[in-house]
Amino acid sequence: MLDDKDRALLRRLQADPSLTVPELAALAGVTAGQAARRLDRMTDQGLIRGQTAVIDWAKLGYPLQVSLRVTLDKTVPSAFDAFLAAAREVAEVLEIQTFLGRVDVRLVLVARDLKHYQTLYRDRILALPHIADIEALMDVAAVKSDERLPL
Amino acid sequence: MLDETDRALLTLLVADAGQSASALGRQLGLSQPATWRRIKRLQEAGILTGRRLLLDAEKLGFGVTVFLGIKLATKGRVGMEDFERAVGGIPEVQVVTHVLGLYDYRLRVVARDLADFERVLRRRIMTLPGVGNVEANVMLSEERRPGPL
Repeated sequence: MLDDKDRALLRRLQADPSLTVPELAALAGVTAGQAARRLDRMTDQGLIRGQTAVIDWAKLGYPLQVSLRVTLDKTVPSAFDAFLAAAREVAEVLEIQTFLGRVDVRLVLVARDLKHYQTLYRDRILALPHIADIEALMDVAAVKSDERLPL
Repeated sequence: MLDETDRALLTLLVADAGQSASALGRQLGLSQPATWRRIKRLQEAGILTGRRLLLDAEKLGFGVTVFLGIKLATKGRVGMEDFERAVGGIPEVQVVTHVLGLYDYRLRVVARDLADFERVLRRRIMTLPGVGNVEANVMLSEERRPGPL
């Protein structure tokens, strides 16, 4: 479905999403018109979903990032839906993933400091429904975080 | 430090970072130059660090995303540096985070399918310097939240 030119465009755009269409076209070795048409087509096909701003939460006053690995009580039929709905209500949750494996759900939580984290953990996280077990891993450093696809 | 308008601006940029300053300004009731100044200030404060292209991994042929928890078998500064340098060069590894807790590192890995993931795991991950215990969880769904803006 994708040809080499499409892949070249996506690779360059992944590396620097702020490139203008003419800049991107020059790097990928196509004309600006071709680049624009190809990008439009890939957007229409839903391959390109858009662009998001990357926020440094530490600089915004949330230096603590914790990954909470949750196991749910699967004897309750609606455990997943109820847990996910409640987790969405916690403003400090940045990511929610569900898994097949030892862990059922992972939440990424940011906090202002350890005291704030403790309050969030006790009052908001442990209050989420159907938790059977929960483990916390604290992020120390991001070694790689570009989330690029190996196109 | 940040006022309500800055927070609203960040929320708009997280939803769509490709918008022009004038389009953003219209939604916030600001002039284009005033909007641009705020963006500039958020960049200079290190709060806005850049943009990320959002691609549909599944439609692009990457049907499997796996989170790996990795424990190093050999500890020490050199071991960590070797591991980090080697793991950062694997194209299928999207995210590497040094963590404190049950594991030393968390990896987010993409692959075409489970067979492709097994190949990446055996040939690339298990052969990394110092790698010890590995736990894999296959991602079923994901959502990103706006966070406390």
